[in-house]
Amino acid sequence: MNIAMLVFIACSVMAIVGALALILAREPVHSALALVLVMISLAILYLLLGAAFIAAIQILVYAGAIMVLFVFVIMLLNAGEEVRTNVSRLAKWVGLPLGIFFLLEMAYSLFREYGGRAALAGGTAAPVPASTRDLSMKLFTEFVLPFELTSILILIAVLGALVLAKRES
Amino acid sequence: MEFVTHHPVLVVSLIKIAIALFVVMTALAYLTWFERKVVARIQSRWGPYWVGPHGLLQPLADGIKFLFKEDIVPPAADKISYVLAPFLALALALTTLALIPIGPATISILGQPTQLVISHSNVALILLFAISSIGIYAVVLAGWSSNSKYPLMGGLRSSAQMISYEVSLTLSVVGVLLIAGSFDFYDIVGGQSGHWVHVIPKWHIFPQILGFICYLTAAIAETNRVPFDLPEAETELVAGFHTEYSSFKFAMFFMAEYANMITVSCLATLLFLGGWLSPFPETGAWRWQLYLPAAGLIIAGIGLIVGGLRGVQLSAKLVFPVLGIVCLGVGYLCTLPGVMPVIQGPFWFTAKVFFLLFFYVWARGTLPRFRYDQLMSFGWKFLLPLSLINLVVTSLVVVLRLR
Repeated sequence: MNIAMLVFIACSVMAIVGALALILAREPVHSALALVLVMISLAILYLLLGAAFIAAIQILVYAGAIMVLFVFVIMLLNAGEEVRTNVSRLAKWVGLPLGIFFLLEMAYSLFREYGGRAALAGGTAAPVPASTRDLSMKLFTEFVLPFELTSILILIAVLGALVLAKRES
Repeated sequence: MEFVTHHPVLVVSLIKIAIALFVVMTALAYLTWFERKVVARIQSRWGPYWVGPHGLLQPLADGIKFLFKEDIVPPAADKISYVLAPFLALALALTTLALIPIGPATISILGQPTQLVISHSNVALILLFAISSIGIYAVVLAGWSSNSKYPLMGGLRSSAQMISYEVSLTLSVVGVLLIAGSFDFYDIVGGQSGHWVHVIPKWHIFPQILGFICYLTAAIAETNRVPFDLPEAETELVAGFHTEYSSFKFAMFFMAEYANMITVSCLATLLFLGGWLSPFPETGAWRWQLYLPAAGLIIAGIGLIVGGLRGVQLSAKLVFPVLGIVCLGVGYLCTLPGVMPVIQGPFWFTAKVFFLLFFYVWARGTLPRFRYDQLMSFGWKFLLPLSLINLVVTSLVVVLRLR
Protein backbone atom coordinates (compact mmCIF):
# COMPACT_ATOMS: atom_id res chain seq x y z
CA MET A 1 0.00 0.00 0.00
CA ASN A 2 2.03 2.96 -1.16
CA ILE A 3 1.07 6.62 -1.32
CA ALA A 4 0.27 6.47 -5.05
CA MET A 5 -2.28 3.74 -4.37
CA LEU A 6 -3.88 5.76 -1.58
CA VAL A 7 -4.15 8.82 -3.83
CA PHE A 8 -5.57 6.64 -6.59
CA ILE A 9 -8.29 5.22 -4.35
CA ALA A 10 -9.13 8.61 -2.87
CA CYS A 11 -9.45 10.21 -6.32
CA SER A 12 -11.48 7.34 -7.72
CA VAL A 13 -13.93 7.55 -4.84
CA MET A 14 -14.07 11.35 -5.28
CA ALA A 15 -14.77 10.97 -9.02
CA ILE A 16 -17.54 8.43 -8.47
CA VAL A 17 -19.14 10.41 -5.66
CA GLY A 18 -18.93 13.55 -7.79
CA ALA A 19 -20.53 11.80 -10.75
CA LEU A 20 -23.38 10.49 -8.59
CA ALA A 21 -23.88 13.91 -7.00
CA LEU A 22 -23.97 15.48 -10.48
CA ILE A 23 -27.00 13.36 -11.37
CA LEU A 24 -28.72 13.34 -8.00
CA ALA A 25 -28.30 16.98 -6.91
CA ARG A 26 -31.43 19.06 -7.41
CA GLU A 27 -29.74 22.46 -7.36
CA PRO A 28 -28.15 23.19 -10.79
CA VAL A 29 -25.15 24.94 -9.19
CA HIS A 30 -24.48 21.88 -7.03
CA SER A 31 -24.57 19.68 -10.13
CA ALA A 32 -22.08 21.96 -11.86
CA LEU A 33 -19.79 21.88 -8.82
CA ALA A 34 -19.99 18.08 -8.70
CA LEU A 35 -18.88 18.00 -12.32
CA VAL A 36 -15.92 20.21 -11.43
CA LEU A 37 -15.04 17.74 -8.68
CA VAL A 38 -15.11 14.88 -11.20
CA MET A 39 -12.82 16.79 -13.55
CA ILE A 40 -10.35 17.63 -10.82
CA SER A 41 -10.20 14.02 -9.60
CA LEU A 42 -9.64 12.84 -13.17
CA ALA A 43 -6.85 15.41 -13.51
CA ILE A 44 -5.18 14.06 -10.36
CA LEU A 45 -5.42 10.55 -11.83
CA TYR A 46 -3.64 11.84 -14.95
CA LEU A 47 -0.98 13.37 -12.70
CA LEU A 48 -0.57 9.99 -11.04
CA LEU A 49 0.12 8.46 -14.46
CA GLY A 50 2.84 11.06 -15.01
CA ALA A 51 0.88 13.12 -17.56
CA ALA A 52 1.20 16.48 -15.82
CA PHE A 53 0.54 18.49 -18.97
CA ILE A 54 -2.73 16.71 -19.77
CA ALA A 55 -3.78 17.06 -16.13
CA ALA A 56 -3.13 20.79 -16.14
CA ILE A 57 -4.92 21.31 -19.45
CA GLN A 58 -7.86 19.26 -18.19
CA ILE A 59 -8.29 21.58 -15.22
CA LEU A 60 -7.45 24.78 -17.12
CA VAL A 61 -9.86 24.19 -20.00
CA TYR A 62 -12.73 22.17 -18.53
CA ALA A 63 -12.86 23.16 -14.89
CA GLY A 64 -11.37 26.63 -15.26
CA ALA A 65 -13.07 27.90 -18.42
CA ILE A 66 -16.00 25.82 -19.64
CA MET A 67 -17.54 25.08 -16.26
CA VAL A 68 -17.16 28.70 -15.18
CA LEU A 69 -19.28 29.67 -18.18
CA PHE A 70 -21.85 27.03 -17.17
CA VAL A 71 -22.03 28.37 -13.64
CA PHE A 72 -22.19 31.92 -15.00
CA VAL A 73 -25.20 31.07 -17.16
CA ILE A 74 -26.92 29.15 -14.34
CA MET A 75 -26.46 32.15 -12.05
CA LEU A 76 -27.52 34.65 -14.70
CA LEU A 77 -30.75 32.76 -15.38
CA ASN A 78 -31.15 32.28 -11.62
CA ALA A 79 -32.26 28.69 -12.28
CA GLY A 80 -34.17 27.22 -9.37
CA GLU A 81 -34.33 23.64 -8.14
CA GLU A 82 -35.02 20.90 -10.62
CA VAL A 83 -38.58 19.68 -10.88
CA ARG A 84 -38.87 15.90 -10.71
CA THR A 85 -41.54 14.32 -12.89
CA ASN A 86 -42.82 10.77 -12.92
CA VAL A 87 -43.78 10.79 -16.56
CA SER A 88 -41.52 8.07 -17.90
CA ARG A 89 -42.00 4.71 -16.20
CA LEU A 90 -40.03 3.10 -19.03
CA ALA A 91 -36.89 4.91 -17.93
CA LYS A 92 -37.35 3.71 -14.37
CA TRP A 93 -37.94 0.04 -15.09
CA VAL A 94 -35.80 -0.48 -18.17
CA GLY A 95 -33.23 2.27 -17.90
CA LEU A 96 -31.75 1.34 -14.54
CA PRO A 97 -31.15 -2.37 -15.30
CA LEU A 98 -29.76 -1.45 -18.71
CA GLY A 99 -27.42 1.09 -17.10
CA ILE A 100 -26.17 -1.46 -14.58
CA PHE A 101 -25.75 -4.05 -17.34
CA PHE A 102 -23.72 -1.57 -19.42
CA LEU A 103 -21.51 -0.75 -16.43
CA LEU A 104 -20.86 -4.42 -15.71
CA GLU A 105 -20.11 -5.11 -19.35
CA MET A 106 -17.58 -2.28 -19.45
CA ALA A 107 -15.96 -3.43 -16.22
CA TYR A 108 -15.75 -6.98 -17.56
CA SER A 109 -14.17 -6.05 -20.87
CA LEU A 110 -11.70 -3.70 -19.20
CA PHE A 111 -10.78 -6.36 -16.67
CA ARG A 112 -10.29 -8.97 -19.40
CA GLU A 113 -8.04 -6.60 -21.34
CA TYR A 114 -5.95 -5.09 -18.54
CA GLY A 115 -6.78 -7.17 -15.46
CA GLY A 116 -3.46 -9.00 -15.42
CA ARG A 117 -1.23 -5.96 -15.70
CA ALA A 118 -2.72 -3.07 -13.78
CA ALA A 119 0.19 -0.63 -13.61
CA LEU A 120 -0.55 0.73 -10.15
CA ALA A 121 -1.69 -2.38 -8.33
CA GLY A 122 1.20 -4.44 -9.64
CA GLY A 123 3.69 -1.86 -8.40
CA THR A 124 5.35 -1.59 -11.80
CA ALA A 125 6.59 1.80 -12.93
CA ALA A 126 4.18 3.96 -14.87
CA PRO A 127 5.08 4.35 -18.57
CA VAL A 128 7.38 7.23 -19.38
CA PRO A 129 5.07 10.18 -20.17
CA ALA A 130 5.29 11.92 -23.51
CA SER A 131 6.82 15.38 -23.19
CA THR A 132 4.89 18.47 -24.18
CA ARG A 133 7.29 18.84 -27.11
CA ASP A 134 6.45 15.37 -28.48
CA LEU A 135 2.78 16.03 -27.99
CA SER A 136 2.86 19.31 -29.92
CA MET A 137 5.04 17.81 -32.68
CA LYS A 138 2.42 15.10 -33.22
CA LEU A 139 -0.43 17.60 -33.02
CA PHE A 140 1.04 20.00 -35.56
CA THR A 141 2.44 17.49 -38.06
CA GLU A 142 0.58 14.20 -38.11
CA PHE A 143 -2.76 15.44 -36.79
CA VAL A 144 -2.69 18.99 -38.13
CA LEU A 145 -5.72 18.52 -40.40
CA PRO A 146 -8.10 17.21 -37.68
CA PHE A 147 -6.72 19.89 -35.36
CA GLU A 148 -7.48 22.72 -37.77
CA LEU A 149 -10.85 21.20 -38.70
CA THR A 150 -11.79 21.15 -35.01
CA SER A 151 -10.97 24.83 -34.67
CA ILE A 152 -13.08 25.64 -37.74
CA LEU A 153 -15.91 23.61 -36.21
CA ILE A 154 -15.71 25.66 -33.01
CA LEU A 155 -15.66 28.87 -35.08
CA ILE A 156 -18.83 27.76 -36.87
CA ALA A 157 -20.45 27.08 -33.49
CA VAL A 158 -19.52 30.57 -32.30
CA LEU A 159 -20.92 32.15 -35.49
CA GLY A 160 -24.08 30.07 -35.15
CA ALA A 161 -24.58 31.23 -31.58
CA LEU A 162 -24.10 34.85 -32.69
CA VAL A 163 -26.66 34.50 -35.49
CA LEU A 164 -29.19 32.93 -33.13
CA ALA A 165 -28.62 35.65 -30.53
CA LYS A 166 -29.04 38.41 -33.15
CA ARG A 167 -32.30 36.99 -34.42
CA GLU A 168 -33.94 37.45 -31.02
CA SER A 169 -33.83 41.25 -31.07
CA MET B 1 12.65 8.67 13.37
CA GLU B 2 11.78 5.48 11.51
CA PHE B 3 9.23 7.40 9.44
CA VAL B 4 11.75 10.12 8.61
CA THR B 5 14.31 7.67 7.24
CA HIS B 6 11.71 5.79 5.23
CA HIS B 7 9.98 8.78 3.64
CA PRO B 8 12.72 11.42 3.35
CA VAL B 9 11.06 13.25 0.43
CA LEU B 10 7.73 13.49 2.23
CA VAL B 11 9.28 14.79 5.44
CA VAL B 12 11.49 17.31 3.67
CA SER B 13 8.49 18.52 1.66
CA LEU B 14 6.48 18.94 4.86
CA ILE B 15 9.28 20.96 6.44
CA LYS B 16 9.49 23.17 3.36
CA ILE B 17 5.71 23.63 3.33
CA ALA B 18 5.77 24.63 7.01
CA ILE B 19 8.52 27.20 6.43
CA ALA B 20 6.85 28.58 3.30
CA LEU B 21 3.48 28.79 5.05
CA PHE B 22 4.97 30.70 7.97
CA VAL B 23 6.79 33.14 5.68
CA VAL B 24 3.78 33.66 3.41
CA MET B 25 1.33 34.14 6.28
CA THR B 26 3.60 36.74 7.88
CA ALA B 27 4.07 38.40 4.51
CA LEU B 28 0.29 38.47 4.00
CA ALA B 29 -0.27 40.10 7.37
CA TYR B 30 2.38 42.74 6.84
CA LEU B 31 1.32 43.33 3.25
CA THR B 32 -1.93 44.74 4.64
CA TRP B 33 0.08 46.98 6.97
CA PHE B 34 2.37 48.03 4.11
CA GLU B 35 -0.59 48.79 1.86
CA ARG B 36 -2.31 50.92 4.49
CA LYS B 37 0.90 52.81 5.22
CA VAL B 38 1.72 53.52 1.56
CA VAL B 39 -1.86 54.50 0.66
CA ALA B 40 -1.89 56.73 3.75
CA ARG B 41 1.33 58.43 2.60
CA ILE B 42 -0.15 58.97 -0.87
CA GLN B 43 -3.20 60.59 0.74
CA SER B 44 -1.15 62.64 3.26
CA ARG B 45 -2.25 60.63 6.28
CA TRP B 46 -0.36 58.60 8.86
CA GLY B 47 -2.12 55.25 8.47
CA PRO B 48 -2.09 52.73 11.35
CA TYR B 49 -0.05 54.24 14.17
CA TRP B 50 -1.22 53.33 17.66
CA VAL B 51 -1.18 49.51 17.85
CA GLY B 52 2.49 48.82 18.46
CA PRO B 53 5.22 51.16 17.21
CA HIS B 54 4.06 52.73 13.92
CA GLY B 55 1.11 50.32 13.88
CA LEU B 56 3.38 47.30 13.48
CA LEU B 57 1.06 45.14 15.58
CA GLN B 58 -2.02 46.23 13.62
CA PRO B 59 -2.15 42.99 11.52
CA LEU B 60 -2.09 40.94 14.72
CA ALA B 61 -4.84 43.07 16.25
CA ASP B 62 -6.91 42.68 13.08
CA GLY B 63 -6.41 38.93 13.14
CA ILE B 64 -7.53 38.63 16.78
CA LYS B 65 -10.52 40.86 16.07
CA PHE B 66 -11.58 38.69 13.11
CA LEU B 67 -11.23 35.52 15.21
CA PHE B 68 -13.44 36.79 18.01
CA LYS B 69 -16.21 38.34 15.90
CA GLU B 70 -19.47 36.44 15.69
CA ASP B 71 -19.54 34.09 12.71
CA ILE B 72 -22.90 34.66 11.04
CA VAL B 73 -24.28 32.35 8.37
CA PRO B 74 -27.34 33.90 6.73
CA PRO B 75 -30.36 31.60 7.16
CA ALA B 76 -31.25 31.81 3.46
CA ALA B 77 -27.71 30.91 2.39
CA ASP B 78 -26.77 27.67 0.68
CA LYS B 79 -24.80 26.26 3.63
CA ILE B 80 -22.33 23.95 1.89
CA SER B 81 -21.30 26.41 -0.80
CA TYR B 82 -21.29 29.30 1.67
CA VAL B 83 -18.79 27.58 3.95
CA LEU B 84 -16.79 26.04 1.11
CA ALA B 85 -16.13 29.30 -0.75
CA PRO B 86 -13.70 31.06 1.65
CA PHE B 87 -11.78 27.83 2.29
CA LEU B 88 -11.49 27.24 -1.44
CA ALA B 89 -10.28 30.79 -1.99
CA LEU B 90 -7.50 30.62 0.58
CA ALA B 91 -6.45 27.02 -0.10
CA LEU B 92 -6.08 27.57 -3.84
CA ALA B 93 -4.31 30.89 -3.40
CA LEU B 94 -1.75 29.25 -1.13
CA THR B 95 -1.38 26.10 -3.26
CA THR B 96 -0.12 28.04 -6.26
CA LEU B 97 2.81 29.30 -4.20
CA ALA B 98 4.09 25.71 -3.93
CA LEU B 99 5.18 25.83 -7.57
CA ILE B 100 7.23 29.02 -7.29
CA PRO B 101 10.99 28.59 -6.98
CA ILE B 102 12.83 31.39 -5.16
CA GLY B 103 16.45 30.59 -5.95
CA PRO B 104 18.80 28.40 -7.97
CA ALA B 105 20.70 26.99 -4.98
CA THR B 106 20.38 23.46 -3.66
CA ILE B 107 20.26 23.33 0.12
CA SER B 108 20.30 20.36 2.45
CA ILE B 109 17.50 19.60 4.96
CA LEU B 110 18.01 16.55 7.23
CA GLY B 111 20.83 15.44 4.95
CA GLN B 112 18.56 15.52 1.89
CA PRO B 113 19.67 17.81 -0.95
CA THR B 114 16.68 19.83 -2.06
CA GLN B 115 15.79 22.81 -4.26
CA LEU B 116 14.35 26.12 -3.10
CA VAL B 117 10.85 25.20 -4.30
CA ILE B 118 8.20 23.00 -2.71
CA SER B 119 7.19 21.17 -5.86
CA HIS B 120 9.35 21.13 -8.98
CA SER B 121 7.45 20.27 -12.15
CA ASN B 122 8.45 20.58 -15.78
CA VAL B 123 5.02 22.02 -16.62
CA ALA B 124 4.95 24.26 -13.55
CA LEU B 125 3.58 27.31 -15.37
CA ILE B 126 0.57 25.49 -16.83
CA LEU B 127 -0.12 23.83 -13.49
CA LEU B 128 -0.03 27.21 -11.80
CA PHE B 129 -2.54 28.65 -14.26
CA ALA B 130 -4.72 25.57 -13.82
CA ILE B 131 -4.83 25.88 -10.04
CA SER B 132 -5.44 29.61 -10.10
CA SER B 133 -8.22 29.20 -12.69
CA ILE B 134 -10.15 27.12 -10.14
CA GLY B 135 -9.99 30.11 -7.80
CA ILE B 136 -12.81 31.79 -9.74
CA TYR B 137 -15.25 29.34 -8.15
CA ALA B 138 -14.55 30.72 -4.70
CA VAL B 139 -15.75 34.19 -5.69
CA VAL B 140 -18.65 32.93 -7.81
CA LEU B 141 -19.81 30.53 -5.10
CA ALA B 142 -19.54 33.15 -2.39
CA GLY B 143 -21.67 35.50 -4.47
CA TRP B 144 -24.27 32.90 -5.36
CA SER B 145 -24.57 31.05 -2.04
CA SER B 146 -25.15 34.19 0.04
CA ASN B 147 -28.61 34.39 -1.56
CA SER B 148 -28.56 38.15 -1.56
CA LYS B 149 -28.58 40.55 -4.47
CA TYR B 150 -25.37 42.53 -3.99
CA PRO B 151 -23.19 39.43 -3.58
CA LEU B 152 -24.87 37.87 -6.62
CA MET B 153 -24.05 40.97 -8.69
CA GLY B 154 -20.48 40.78 -7.41
CA GLY B 155 -20.19 37.11 -8.28
CA LEU B 156 -21.58 37.67 -11.77
CA ARG B 157 -19.25 40.58 -12.41
CA SER B 158 -16.34 38.60 -11.09
CA SER B 159 -16.90 35.58 -13.30
CA ALA B 160 -17.39 37.75 -16.38
CA GLN B 161 -14.30 39.79 -15.57
CA MET B 162 -12.10 36.81 -14.83
CA ILE B 163 -13.10 34.98 -18.01
CA SER B 164 -12.42 38.11 -20.06
CA TYR B 165 -9.03 38.91 -18.56
CA GLU B 166 -7.75 35.36 -18.21
CA VAL B 167 -7.53 35.18 -22.01
CA SER B 168 -5.23 38.20 -22.16
CA LEU B 169 -3.25 37.00 -19.14
CA THR B 170 -2.50 33.63 -20.70
CA LEU B 171 -1.79 35.06 -24.16
CA SER B 172 0.62 37.65 -22.77
CA VAL B 173 2.66 34.87 -21.17
CA VAL B 174 2.86 32.81 -24.38
CA GLY B 175 5.43 35.25 -25.82
CA VAL B 176 7.81 34.44 -22.99
CA LEU B 177 7.15 30.73 -23.42
CA LEU B 178 8.01 30.96 -27.12
CA ILE B 179 11.35 32.58 -26.32
CA ALA B 180 12.14 30.25 -23.41
CA GLY B 181 10.83 27.07 -25.07
CA SER B 182 9.86 25.51 -21.74
CA PHE B 183 7.17 25.50 -19.04
CA ASP B 184 9.75 24.93 -16.33
CA PHE B 185 10.53 27.99 -14.20
CA TYR B 186 14.17 26.92 -13.84
CA ASP B 187 14.56 26.86 -17.64
CA ILE B 188 12.66 30.13 -18.08
CA VAL B 189 14.83 31.97 -15.57
CA GLY B 190 17.99 30.22 -16.78
CA GLY B 191 17.29 31.53 -20.28
CA GLN B 192 17.32 35.10 -18.97
CA SER B 193 20.91 35.01 -17.68
CA GLY B 194 23.60 37.05 -19.42
CA HIS B 195 23.74 40.66 -20.59
CA TRP B 196 23.44 42.65 -23.79
CA VAL B 197 26.43 44.98 -24.27
CA HIS B 198 27.65 43.97 -20.78
CA VAL B 199 25.10 46.21 -19.02
CA ILE B 200 21.47 45.45 -19.90
CA PRO B 201 20.36 42.15 -18.37
CA LYS B 202 18.77 39.69 -20.84
CA TRP B 203 15.45 39.71 -19.00
CA HIS B 204 12.29 39.01 -20.96
CA ILE B 205 10.84 42.37 -20.02
CA PHE B 206 12.93 44.13 -22.70
CA PRO B 207 11.92 42.10 -25.78
CA GLN B 208 8.49 41.42 -24.24
CA ILE B 209 7.63 44.88 -22.95
CA LEU B 210 4.17 44.70 -24.58
CA GLY B 211 3.61 41.29 -23.02
CA PHE B 212 4.72 42.61 -19.64
CA ILE B 213 2.27 45.53 -19.76
CA CYS B 214 -0.55 43.21 -20.83
CA TYR B 215 0.36 40.73 -18.11
CA LEU B 216 0.49 43.34 -15.37
CA THR B 217 -2.86 44.86 -16.37
CA ALA B 218 -4.60 41.50 -16.70
CA ALA B 219 -3.05 40.32 -13.44
CA ILE B 220 -4.44 43.30 -11.54
CA ALA B 221 -7.85 42.52 -13.05
CA GLU B 222 -7.54 38.82 -12.17
CA THR B 223 -6.79 39.60 -8.54
CA ASN B 224 -9.78 41.99 -8.34
CA ARG B 225 -7.66 44.94 -7.32
CA VAL B 226 -8.19 48.64 -7.96
CA PRO B 227 -8.80 49.89 -10.67
CA PHE B 228 -10.48 46.59 -11.62
CA ASP B 229 -12.19 45.87 -8.28
CA LEU B 230 -15.70 45.83 -9.78
CA PRO B 231 -16.70 42.58 -7.98
CA GLU B 232 -16.39 44.35 -4.63
CA ALA B 233 -17.03 47.96 -5.61
CA GLU B 234 -18.06 49.50 -2.28
CA THR B 235 -19.92 52.44 -3.76
CA GLU B 236 -22.17 50.23 -5.88
CA LEU B 237 -22.35 46.77 -4.27
CA VAL B 238 -21.74 47.38 -0.53
CA ALA B 239 -18.83 44.90 -0.54
CA GLY B 240 -19.63 42.75 -3.56
CA PHE B 241 -19.28 39.01 -3.30
CA HIS B 242 -18.30 38.95 0.39
CA THR B 243 -21.02 41.29 1.69
CA GLU B 244 -22.68 38.53 3.74
CA TYR B 245 -19.45 37.13 5.17
CA SER B 246 -18.32 37.90 8.66
CA SER B 247 -15.61 36.96 11.12
CA PHE B 248 -12.79 34.73 9.95
CA LYS B 249 -14.50 33.70 6.72
CA PHE B 250 -14.28 37.34 5.65
CA ALA B 251 -10.63 37.41 6.71
CA MET B 252 -9.98 34.33 4.56
CA PHE B 253 -11.18 36.16 1.44
CA PHE B 254 -8.88 39.02 2.34
CA MET B 255 -5.92 36.71 2.88
CA ALA B 256 -6.66 34.93 -0.41
CA GLU B 257 -6.65 38.27 -2.24
CA TYR B 258 -3.26 39.20 -0.82
CA ALA B 259 -1.88 35.70 -1.44
CA ASN B 260 -3.00 36.02 -5.06
CA MET B 261 -1.22 39.37 -5.28
CA ILE B 262 1.97 37.71 -4.08
CA THR B 263 1.59 34.79 -6.54
CA VAL B 264 0.99 37.09 -9.47
CA SER B 265 3.98 39.24 -8.54
CA CYS B 266 6.19 36.15 -8.16
CA LEU B 267 5.06 34.96 -11.57
CA ALA B 268 5.80 38.33 -13.17
CA THR B 269 9.25 38.26 -11.55
CA LEU B 270 10.01 34.76 -12.83
CA LEU B 271 8.69 35.33 -16.34
CA PHE B 272 9.70 38.89 -17.10
CA LEU B 273 12.15 40.22 -14.52
CA GLY B 274 14.76 37.47 -14.52
CA GLY B 275 13.55 35.71 -11.38
CA TRP B 276 16.37 35.34 -8.88
CA LEU B 277 19.07 36.68 -11.25
CA SER B 278 21.04 39.72 -10.20
CA PRO B 279 20.77 42.71 -12.56
CA PHE B 280 24.57 43.12 -12.47
CA PRO B 281 27.07 41.05 -14.51
CA GLU B 282 28.77 38.24 -12.64
CA THR B 283 32.33 39.22 -13.54
CA GLY B 284 35.21 39.83 -11.15
CA ALA B 285 34.71 43.59 -11.03
CA TRP B 286 31.12 43.10 -9.82
CA ARG B 287 32.00 40.69 -7.01
CA TRP B 288 30.94 43.28 -4.42
CA GLN B 289 27.29 42.60 -5.30
CA LEU B 290 27.56 39.38 -3.28
CA TYR B 291 27.67 41.59 -0.17
CA LEU B 292 24.52 43.52 -1.13
CA PRO B 293 22.06 41.42 0.96
CA ALA B 294 24.28 41.78 4.02
CA ALA B 295 24.82 45.50 3.36
CA GLY B 296 21.10 46.09 2.95
CA LEU B 297 20.29 44.35 6.22
CA ILE B 298 23.06 46.17 8.13
CA ILE B 299 21.93 49.57 6.81
CA ALA B 300 18.33 48.69 7.74
CA GLY B 301 19.53 47.60 11.22
CA ILE B 302 21.46 50.84 11.85
CA GLY B 303 18.51 52.85 10.53
CA LEU B 304 16.12 51.05 12.88
CA ILE B 305 18.37 51.58 15.92
CA VAL B 306 18.99 55.29 15.23
CA GLY B 307 15.41 55.98 14.12
CA GLY B 308 13.96 54.07 17.06
CA LEU B 309 16.06 55.91 19.66
CA ARG B 310 15.17 59.29 18.15
CA GLY B 311 11.47 58.37 17.79
CA VAL B 312 8.62 59.95 19.76
CA GLN B 313 6.66 56.84 20.71
CA LEU B 314 7.94 55.00 23.77
CA SER B 315 7.14 51.59 22.24
CA ALA B 316 9.17 52.53 19.15
CA LYS B 317 12.13 53.43 21.38
CA LEU B 318 11.98 49.99 22.95
CA VAL B 319 11.13 47.76 19.99
CA PHE B 320 12.98 49.27 17.03
CA PRO B 321 16.51 48.94 18.46
CA VAL B 322 15.81 45.24 19.18
CA LEU B 323 14.61 44.73 15.61
CA GLY B 324 17.71 46.62 14.43
CA ILE B 325 20.02 44.29 16.36
CA VAL B 326 18.20 41.27 14.84
CA CYS B 327 18.76 42.80 11.39
CA LEU B 328 22.47 43.31 12.15
CA GLY B 329 22.76 39.68 13.29
CA VAL B 330 21.06 38.33 10.16
CA GLY B 331 23.20 40.70 8.07
CA TYR B 332 26.34 39.23 9.64
CA LEU B 333 25.03 35.71 8.92
CA CYS B 334 24.68 36.67 5.24
CA THR B 335 28.45 37.29 4.99
CA LEU B 336 29.35 33.75 6.07
CA PRO B 337 30.82 31.76 3.14
CA GLY B 338 28.27 28.95 3.58
CA VAL B 339 25.26 31.27 3.49
CA MET B 340 26.37 33.98 1.02
CA PRO B 341 25.87 32.06 -2.29
CA VAL B 342 22.54 30.59 -1.12
CA ILE B 343 21.07 33.93 -0.06
CA GLN B 344 21.74 35.71 -3.40
CA GLY B 345 18.81 34.15 -5.30
CA PRO B 346 16.11 34.69 -2.64
CA PHE B 347 17.43 38.23 -2.03
CA TRP B 348 17.00 39.42 -5.61
CA PHE B 349 13.77 37.48 -6.00
CA THR B 350 12.26 39.06 -2.90
CA ALA B 351 13.47 42.51 -3.92
CA LYS B 352 11.75 42.26 -7.32
CA VAL B 353 8.54 40.82 -5.88
CA PHE B 354 8.52 43.62 -3.30
CA PHE B 355 8.86 46.22 -6.03
CA LEU B 356 5.91 44.73 -7.92
CA LEU B 357 3.82 44.64 -4.75
CA PHE B 358 4.65 48.29 -4.21
CA PHE B 359 3.51 48.94 -7.77
CA TYR B 360 0.19 47.25 -6.94
CA VAL B 361 -0.35 49.45 -3.89
CA TRP B 362 0.77 52.50 -5.83
CA ALA B 363 -1.83 51.76 -8.53
CA ARG B 364 -4.47 51.43 -5.84
CA GLY B 365 -3.52 54.76 -4.35
CA THR B 366 -3.63 56.68 -7.62
CA LEU B 367 -6.13 55.19 -10.08
CA PRO B 368 -9.93 55.55 -10.01
CA ARG B 369 -12.16 52.55 -10.62
CA PHE B 370 -13.30 51.60 -14.12
CA ARG B 371 -16.97 51.65 -15.06
CA TYR B 372 -18.29 48.18 -15.88
CA ASP B 373 -18.72 48.75 -19.64
CA GLN B 374 -15.30 50.42 -19.76
CA LEU B 375 -13.82 47.37 -18.08
CA MET B 376 -15.30 45.00 -20.65
CA SER B 377 -14.42 47.08 -23.70
CA PHE B 378 -10.90 47.66 -22.34
CA GLY B 379 -10.39 43.93 -21.87
CA TRP B 380 -11.80 42.74 -25.18
CA LYS B 381 -11.10 45.65 -27.54
CA PHE B 382 -7.72 46.84 -26.29
CA LEU B 383 -5.90 44.34 -24.10
CA LEU B 384 -6.77 41.21 -26.09
CA PRO B 385 -5.74 42.63 -29.52
CA LEU B 386 -2.56 44.02 -27.92
CA SER B 387 -1.57 40.65 -26.50
CA LEU B 388 -2.44 38.97 -29.81
CA ILE B 389 -0.22 41.44 -31.71
CA ASN B 390 2.55 40.72 -29.21
CA LEU B 391 2.07 36.99 -29.74
CA VAL B 392 2.16 37.23 -33.56
CA VAL B 393 5.22 39.48 -33.63
CA THR B 394 7.08 37.32 -31.12
CA SER B 395 6.35 34.10 -33.01
CA LEU B 396 7.48 35.73 -36.27
CA VAL B 397 10.76 36.85 -34.71
CA VAL B 398 11.33 33.46 -33.07
CA VAL B 399 10.70 31.63 -36.37
CA LEU B 400 12.92 33.99 -38.37
CA ARG B 401 15.76 33.61 -35.87
CA LEU B 402 15.48 29.82 -36.08
CA ARG B 403 16.04 29.95 -39.83
